[in-house]
Amino acid sequence: MTIDWNNFTPWASLAGGIFLGLASALFILLNGRILGISGIVGGMLRPKAGDTGWRIAFVLGMLVAPTMYWLLTGAAVPTTIDAGWGTVLLAGLLVGVGTRYGAGCTSGHGVCGLSRLSPRSLLATLVFMAAGFVTVFVLRHLLT
Amino acid sequence: MQHRMTEFAVGLLFGLGLIVAGMTDPSKVLGFLDLAGAWDPSLAFVMGGAILVGLGAFALAKKRTTSFLGGAMQLPSSTVIDRRLVMGSLLFGAGWGLAGFCPGPAIVSLGAGQSKAAVFVLAMVAGMAIFEWAERRKHRTLTGDA
Repeated sequence: MTIDWNNFTPWASLAGGIFLGLASALFILLNGRILGISGIVGGMLRPKAGDTGWRIAFVLGMLVAPTMYWLLTGAAVPTTIDAGWGTVLLAGLLVGVGTRYGAGCTSGHGVCGLSRLSPRSLLATLVFMAAGFVTVFVLRHLLT
Repeated sequence: MQHRMTEFAVGLLFGLGLIVAGMTDPSKVLGFLDLAGAWDPSLAFVMGGAILVGLGAFALAKKRTTSFLGGAMQLPSSTVIDRRLVMGSLLFGAGWGLAGFCPGPAIVSLGAGQSKAAVFVLAMVAGMAIFEWAERRKHRTLTGDA
């Protein structure tokens, strides 16, 4: 194994992670809800009275984050998407179906689930991480 | 309305966290998932930092029945480990590895005006809609009403 020292950002990533932990902490303690993006978005497709407004407010907050980041730092959000359009489409479909059957994604299972020591979330996290590692290995080292 | 403001603010904080952490850059996420290549371990620090804060918060949340704003404490009750959980997580991980986007960062990148993120989010919502459709169909078959 070789470490990619040029792109390694331990402090920024740790700081960002602490932000994510704080947001998850505020959400459970103030609103009593798990901060899980796939659940928040997926729940909009199962509309119940009084259960949609908070989801929209949360997603709007996420959508304005890049603008706020730009106002605070003067920098654009660094984004490099190497995948083609077809791959992006397929990836989105898999992530949509998979996170709903698996009842969570990186935030709900990965951050909140591990933080509340849920065995179910630990298994889900190990499985989606492993699937991610294998997919990238196949794409980058077996097929090319 | 007070609640809508907290939800908006927490969404914003979460989005900023994803940006600072590097999670909104698919090439960085794939650099973490590429164990056999030049490996970028940064995202392990994201999880570490988040869980460090989360552990205390959830330990406190488990002791309460209401949130600090007065609503019900809605902690997940399911402890079932079944095929749905494993197969769903497998599909999610495969999709994550294909493009380097998971749901949160894709939404934030959509907010940054990335057209590929827009396509990803649309496809993701379509995938979620397929799940809802399949669930409703299954439920109808099980209960017999049509």
